[in-house]
Amino acid sequence: MFKSFSKLQWKSFFRSSSMGKSLGVKIVMGFLALYLMGMLAFFGSALFFILERAIPDTDPLIVVSQFLLYWILAELFLRYFMQKLPVMDVKPFLVLPIKKSSIAHYILGRSAISFYNFLALFFFVPFGVVLLIKGYALLNVLFWLLAMIGIVLSINYINFIVNKSDKALVGIGVLLLAFYGLDYFQVLPIKQYGGNIFYALYENPFYAILPLVVAGVSYYINYSFIRNRIFLDASLKKKTAEATSSDLSWIKRFGAIAPFLQLDLKLIWRNKRTKTQVFMSLAFGFYGLIFYTMEDFGMGSGMLVFVGIFMTGIFLMNFGQFIPAWDSSYYSMMMSQNIPLRKYLEAKAALIYVSIGVMFLLSVPYVYFGWEALAINFSCALYNLGVNVPVILFFGSKNKKRIDLNKSALGNMQGTSATQFIVGIPLFGIPLLIYGVIAFFVSFEVALITLCVLGIIGFAFRNRLLDQITSAYRKKKYGMIAGFKEQNG
Amino acid sequence: MIIVENLTKKYVGKAVLSIEHLEIPKGQSFGLVGNNGAGKTTFFSLLLDLIQPTTGHIINNGVQVNQSEAWKTNTSSFIDETFLIGYLTPEEYFYFIGELRNQNKADVDALLLNFEDFFHGEILNQKKYLRDLSKGNQKKAGIVASFIGNPEVVILDEPFANLDPTTQIRLKDIIKDLASKQGVTVLVSSHDLIHVTEVCERIVVLNKGEIVKDIETSEATLKELEMFFSGKEVPQDDIPVS
Repeated sequence: MFKSFSKLQWKSFFRSSSMGKSLGVKIVMGFLALYLMGMLAFFGSALFFILERAIPDTDPLIVVSQFLLYWILAELFLRYFMQKLPVMDVKPFLVLPIKKSSIAHYILGRSAISFYNFLALFFFVPFGVVLLIKGYALLNVLFWLLAMIGIVLSINYINFIVNKSDKALVGIGVLLLAFYGLDYFQVLPIKQYGGNIFYALYENPFYAILPLVVAGVSYYINYSFIRNRIFLDASLKKKTAEATSSDLSWIKRFGAIAPFLQLDLKLIWRNKRTKTQVFMSLAFGFYGLIFYTMEDFGMGSGMLVFVGIFMTGIFLMNFGQFIPAWDSSYYSMMMSQNIPLRKYLEAKAALIYVSIGVMFLLSVPYVYFGWEALAINFSCALYNLGVNVPVILFFGSKNKKRIDLNKSALGNMQGTSATQFIVGIPLFGIPLLIYGVIAFFVSFEVALITLCVLGIIGFAFRNRLLDQITSAYRKKKYGMIAGFKEQNG
Repeated sequence: MIIVENLTKKYVGKAVLSIEHLEIPKGQSFGLVGNNGAGKTTFFSLLLDLIQPTTGHIINNGVQVNQSEAWKTNTSSFIDETFLIGYLTPEEYFYFIGELRNQNKADVDALLLNFEDFFHGEILNQKKYLRDLSKGNQKKAGIVASFIGNPEVVILDEPFANLDPTTQIRLKDIIKDLASKQGVTVLVSSHDLIHVTEVCERIVVLNKGEIVKDIETSEATLKELEMFFSGKEVPQDDIPVS
């Protein structure tokens, strides 16, 4: 039984539509995956030495242990968005002579070997090897690794239990922030407590059994939950959220673009993939912290312009690059309606303008790192507004890949084609180049002013640019309709 | 009035549709029948300018459809579920289509009132998004949406499929009413010979992309169509084109 299940699994992986992607996308995806694994492995093996250097008097393993609690909570939080139990896949087995218990074991068993679980191992195994080299006791390290596997599996299965309600997510988030807050304001040394607990996993190999037991128990809870609910009207039923008719009549004042704006807002709010992107965009407001806190990047560095373009334009990129594919599932209806294409595009542009404004406001606190930070982000926002918005809308006319809005959000490459990679070049490359050249030959200030001026010029001519873009969309109409119809493009 | 001239559509050299001449007068209820691959949906897609003709053209109300978009204001259609916006509730969808066709909320509400029977209490105020409705109910919503904004031409591809018997009967009345009382040109395709003969004044049979029959509906029509589709009658070349 298990063998035939795993055979099916194998086929579903290699015959999935994502495997049938164009070669370019496959190669880039492969590189990204390799890069991610490579970085984790590198970090895992280097961490010991980094910690040894950074905090000389303490055992690096203790430091790592102190952060394990945060890692667990953070991973639970992230997995909530990324990982769902794929119960729907078992529908075809229901009427076959297969025991329901084996179906339940199959769903749960295969989640154990998911990509997310292996990511953690790519980090912990190299770290463990370094521990061995550094002369930590073999048996203890091996059992410590075993404990880590237990923790990863526990996270895996606890996630499926937690995943059933949004409240749990909020709970985890609050817990995470509360722990960090207690630590930061030195109310309670949570880090210390956590460190002691997790270090014990190394000190006493027998404790490794605890995480494994937790994993086992959470597996069993999941199992008994699923086993009793393998019915079409129970867990196999697609959840239909109760529709909330939102009254967006205040948008009416935007005039002719109002119906499209309303539609776009509903599109974003009522579909998972787009909704996640909004949160991700907001989260990327913190992206700059990585760079501003690093000393290597002085204020004149082009890197900060990259960060500025990225932070203020994250939604522009995430959302904009798939215009008009977001509307792909009903594009032929739109095209047979009396739609002013121009207004349709204007509505999209307006939405992106607002997002740039919001992201800029969120980036204002970076002024803490000096007025230059504010200046950089401001000129980047202007540049995004005037230049990158038309650029991304124009590249949208090259989109021919369908997006199914009902599919999950993160790691979903649907609708991705070479266009999405090429569009990055003008979006980032050109402003960086302009900035770099002028900053090098003239000055930092002049370079930023140039970006601002370019943005203002682009914004001033936006009507003419939109006319051009609209006619590009007109020309590509038939190709888009045909492309959006292809299910597994 | 819809005029089709020398219309052909070829995919990699293979003709999927070829209509030399076809005229559909205003206010006619026009039925299109044919087996799978006969070119029904291709014809409708050409009519809606969703695909480009290889040769020839279609003139809808004096406007050539692939040159100007002026026909869009008086033509509406429901081809399949992809015409629906899944993340809207039916009401929101109707209002959205209404806005595109210059109808305010009150206009749309007034129109929807006429279809309360047709909806059978399963469409409005259900607190469900269109994507969560059953196939049949989705179809109902799509069909009614195509009546919004007083269109002069309504195009419905396979409107009877997936509908329950009660709704089928109601839909037939609605279509007949549209054509006879309101002067709307209704184009309907179907696999169900009984339905089209009941609803349509005129029936055109497509076979492998060509018009093989063009019949004014009468008592004998159903028999004639059944004969044709059962293969007992060899299609003749010299069919009178009305």
